[in-house]
Amino acid sequence: MAKKKNQVQSPAVNLGVQHRKTLWKQMKSRWQIYLLLLLPLIYIIIFAYVPMGGLIIAFKDYNFRDGIFGSPWVGFDNFIEFFTGRYFPVVVPNTIILAAYSLVVTFPIPIIFALLLNALPGRKYKKVIQTVTYIPHFISVIVMVGLLYQILNYRTGLYGAIYSAITGATAPDILAKGSNFYHLYVWSAVWQSTGYNAIIYIAALAGVDQELHEAATIDGASRFQRVLYIDVPSILPTASIMLILAIGNVMNIGFEKAFAMQNSLNMNYSEIISTYVYKVGLAMGITDFSLSTAVGMFNSVINFVLLLTANWGSKKLSGSGIF
Amino acid sequence: MHKFKNLGTNDKIFYVIITVVLTLFFLIVLYPCIYVISASFSSGSAVQAGKVILWPVDFSLEGYKTVFNTKDVWTGFRNSLFYTVVGTSINIVMTMVAAYSLSRPDVPGKNGIMLLFTFTMFFNGGMIPTYMLIQNLNMLDTIWCLIIPGAIGAYNLIVARTFIQNTIPLELLEAAKIDGCSDIKYMLKIVIPLSKAVIAVLVLFYGVGHWNSYFNAMIYLHTKNLFPLTLFLRQILLMEQIDPSTISDPELQAQMAKAAGVIKYALIVVSMVPVMLIYPFIQKYFVKGVMIGSIKG
Repeated sequence: MAKKKNQVQSPAVNLGVQHRKTLWKQMKSRWQIYLLLLLPLIYIIIFAYVPMGGLIIAFKDYNFRDGIFGSPWVGFDNFIEFFTGRYFPVVVPNTIILAAYSLVVTFPIPIIFALLLNALPGRKYKKVIQTVTYIPHFISVIVMVGLLYQILNYRTGLYGAIYSAITGATAPDILAKGSNFYHLYVWSAVWQSTGYNAIIYIAALAGVDQELHEAATIDGASRFQRVLYIDVPSILPTASIMLILAIGNVMNIGFEKAFAMQNSLNMNYSEIISTYVYKVGLAMGITDFSLSTAVGMFNSVINFVLLLTANWGSKKLSGSGIF
Repeated sequence: MHKFKNLGTNDKIFYVIITVVLTLFFLIVLYPCIYVISASFSSGSAVQAGKVILWPVDFSLEGYKTVFNTKDVWTGFRNSLFYTVVGTSINIVMTMVAAYSLSRPDVPGKNGIMLLFTFTMFFNGGMIPTYMLIQNLNMLDTIWCLIIPGAIGAYNLIVARTFIQNTIPLELLEAAKIDGCSDIKYMLKIVIPLSKAVIAVLVLFYGVGHWNSYFNAMIYLHTKNLFPLTLFLRQILLMEQIDPSTISDPELQAQMAKAAGVIKYALIVVSMVPVMLIYPFIQKYFVKGVMIGSIKG
């Protein structure tokens, strides 16, 4: 029955099969593929799209007894409660400062690192530097934070040991000062991820046509000039895509690391939207699922808008975006 | 390529500067790693007094003795190994099946399905709706809550799909079809064997992800027996708690207080061992993996 109705030509590439096939016939002949896709499809719907549907509780006053559908609608009350609550002026600025600081520092440093590494003479040394600088990326957040706090301990850590070896005095306790949280967060990320994040730029630089370099050398360009006028332009497209992705994730600033670093000394600086979402929703004495969901949704929406804006901006400026 | 002395003055200065800068960065990355290993092999009092600078001082294994005598560490290690092995296996099967199916050019509707996956990279339901789902599926406080959610990562799916599209020629598919090879058989006999490189990358990405994660375990698990190593690490490294009753040797219990620093360093080293063991085997593939993923990001 359907065979006759669906006289639509398949939009897919026909793989060299010359005769026309109807869409239905083609789908039917690919039944094994659809069978394979069944499980992944069920998975993504249940574990990604059902929770998105669950976002409706942001507009309800959820209580366990009535469930998601039975709980009463309250419109934007949860959002208003967040905007007017006493945590709003704390968590929103903290998130923005941390996100902006991270972006400004951790975006350009891998690019500079890749440019320098690419210009470094000596293949072996290059390889050694590259391999060693990848390693910290594979350290877990917990171990990373444990390491950070252990090494920066002003009495027993490496920092304390070096400080007193040089000056003879006891080091000041940099961990006790809450406002150092931002610096610790961002610069430990530089330590951990620069090598890894540089991979893509290093690979892009390896693809640069060597004839360009040779021609420029003949014309008397110095190595530094070649970096500026050959290497930099050649990684700009890659960099702009990475920037869009970075901006599109800027508000997703890591819950795991901020939460792991959090302690009573830095709480005023380290309480960000995602850690607040966790506390309101799951960790406080009286949890509020609806409020927590609303705060999380607020964050996701801002993030998504930033992504679209960055993508739009990139398309306007350079003609390329991620979608 | 060029002899250093033949270079112009400008270039000489430039090369000296970049060599210095890169070496400095290299040392900054390397030094803490060496320090941790050295400190873990030093005596508790040497670490406590801040005597360790580069090499172990008063070589001692007391840190490791305590770590290996702590029941929590063994429990965590065993659980993490289980979650990593089982979780990664499920990840690989699900991701490769989806990647293969969505890489076929002759499947109507594949672009729409791909979009369903890609969208999840940029938007999700968030913490509480996901928690409620796990609750409704009766997965709370079971091993499944660390294995099933996240079975397919959208980014990894893109990596695998792009790899299959770019490296396995469509002529193979045509030839297989002419020989009467079914779609599933083609995947098992042709695609999977030719995708070893990308599977290695996925094993690394997913495996390290499982081994290092703590967030899901923290919110979903309550039973201590199910905790992965990272949760115990969190208690010991960050919350300054080590339950003395879980240390079987009473003498070690007494030493504990004195050796807190050394224990932490030893623990950090121990927790890194599995990743460092597989890393050299997979390292040559993973640069490639990062590249594939970013081309079509």
